[in-house]
Amino acid sequence: MQTIIFALLALVSLFSAIMVVTRKNPVFSILYLVLTFFCFAGFYVMLGATFLAAIQILVYAGAIMVLFLFVVMMLNLREPEELEGKNTLWQTMGAVVAIGFGLLVLAFLGRSPGAGVPNFQPGEEAYVMGGAKALGKLLFTEFVFPFEIAGVLLLAAVIGAVALAKRKRV
Amino acid sequence: MPEIVAFLIEKTLVTIFVFIVVLTVVAFTTWIERIVAGHIQMRYGPNRAGPKGLFQVAADGVKFFMKEEFIPDRANKVLFVIAPTFTFMAAGFIMAVIPFGDRIMIGGREVLLQIADLNIAVLYVLAIGSLGVYGIIAGGWASNNKYSLMGGLRASSQMISYEIAMGLAIVALLLDHGTLSLRQIVLNQQGAIWHWSVFSHPIGFIIFYVAAFAESARVPFDLPEAENEIVAGYHTEYSAMKFGLFMFGEYVHMVLGSALIATLYFGGWSIPWVTAPEEPGLLWGLATFAVLWIKTYFFVFVYMWVRWTLPRFRYDQLMNLGWKRLIPIGVVNIFITAALLVVFQHLGIAG
Repeated sequence: MQTIIFALLALVSLFSAIMVVTRKNPVFSILYLVLTFFCFAGFYVMLGATFLAAIQILVYAGAIMVLFLFVVMMLNLREPEELEGKNTLWQTMGAVVAIGFGLLVLAFLGRSPGAGVPNFQPGEEAYVMGGAKALGKLLFTEFVFPFEIAGVLLLAAVIGAVALAKRKRV
Repeated sequence: MPEIVAFLIEKTLVTIFVFIVVLTVVAFTTWIERIVAGHIQMRYGPNRAGPKGLFQVAADGVKFFMKEEFIPDRANKVLFVIAPTFTFMAAGFIMAVIPFGDRIMIGGREVLLQIADLNIAVLYVLAIGSLGVYGIIAGGWASNNKYSLMGGLRASSQMISYEIAMGLAIVALLLDHGTLSLRQIVLNQQGAIWHWSVFSHPIGFIIFYVAAFAESARVPFDLPEAENEIVAGYHTEYSAMKFGLFMFGEYVHMVLGSALIATLYFGGWSIPWVTAPEEPGLLWGLATFAVLWIKTYFFVFVYMWVRWTLPRFRYDQLMNLGWKRLIPIGVVNIFITAALLVVFQHLGIAG
């Protein structure tokens, strides 16, 4: 059962991820990216990280992608007629990054203990660990310093955004 | 019977039951809306089709299916057709976690009158609620019409603004209840009527209700379809059942939003001063079920009442109310709630 769901999610997420980069129309890219995020949320649920799954949909699919869509529609980006020439620098960089990540995946595949689709049941420790309560406890005890640092960083970003938006145009 | 089979049968039956009840009730809500509108404007409302105009619902349904399905020439056809289903699905998914009633015992088996008692139900509702706007944006963009696009843009900015206020209101509530499960929140509000969260979180309730109004995009927050500014907003180009789905989605959103308000702030299915029997039977289940719907329909009525009373906000007023009023009040509300909770804990008073 778990394997079937995992396979389905993996297929759909791979398909939609490929669609994201191959669509010419940015609106479709964004909608496929939303589908990809949904699949990720599904993976989180299978790993027992229910809180993370909900946040994934709430923040990424529900808010950030809406903003993306907002901007794309505001600028009314259509299918570009012709890409400006062949940009070999970008293409080389893309190839390097893709190969690098491919090697990383291969390296981790070699290290994984057994063919691993985790199979947590509700109530198991790993399952409970992903819940909101366990995560909250960890964030405010063991990882309180990184958590606060992240908070301060976000605050700085918010203030920066407001300052940029408020700046008088010359 | 093995446990898994019994579980599947139970959940299938509950799901079908909830689905049919919600959709039927929502269909008749359109009739209630017309009656309420009629009486507020001192006229009768629908009274031709069937007794008290009750068959008006069926007449509307037939009309939606018989009309011409029109797709604009340069519209994006795929997106244009599937956009209304986004709105409808996102609204409908919320019914999966609403506790429609207490548990009942059938043949020694405990059956929850709720499709799924998720341990992250509150977050689930917020997450799914935020997806409804995709239908509106996609529909507005795919129509290839300036007014539709403007409706879609307005919808996206409005939803994002009011979601924050809604989330802040819920955070204060969660501080008190200490759980994300909607069933547990209802259980916490059992007993005397002043156990209802609305009495301990009046400010949070007001913020939540205003935000819920804005999220359902009804008057006075129906900027996405403001007919005297942008024709009919995102559904300008929609006709027949595709328009019907948008319309129906809005009603599902309104009814389930009201059910959520009743659950979070007004004790859900719990009946004040009545405790659940030791062996809850079908009768108890039906009683709790009815109580939730009575509470829900009070809020649905308020939705309609407001719709036919207040004028529409201007766009800048809408943004000011969201960002400069509701969000700061929401943040202060969280601080006050947290401080009071700490004080009460030190004094040894629970809740």
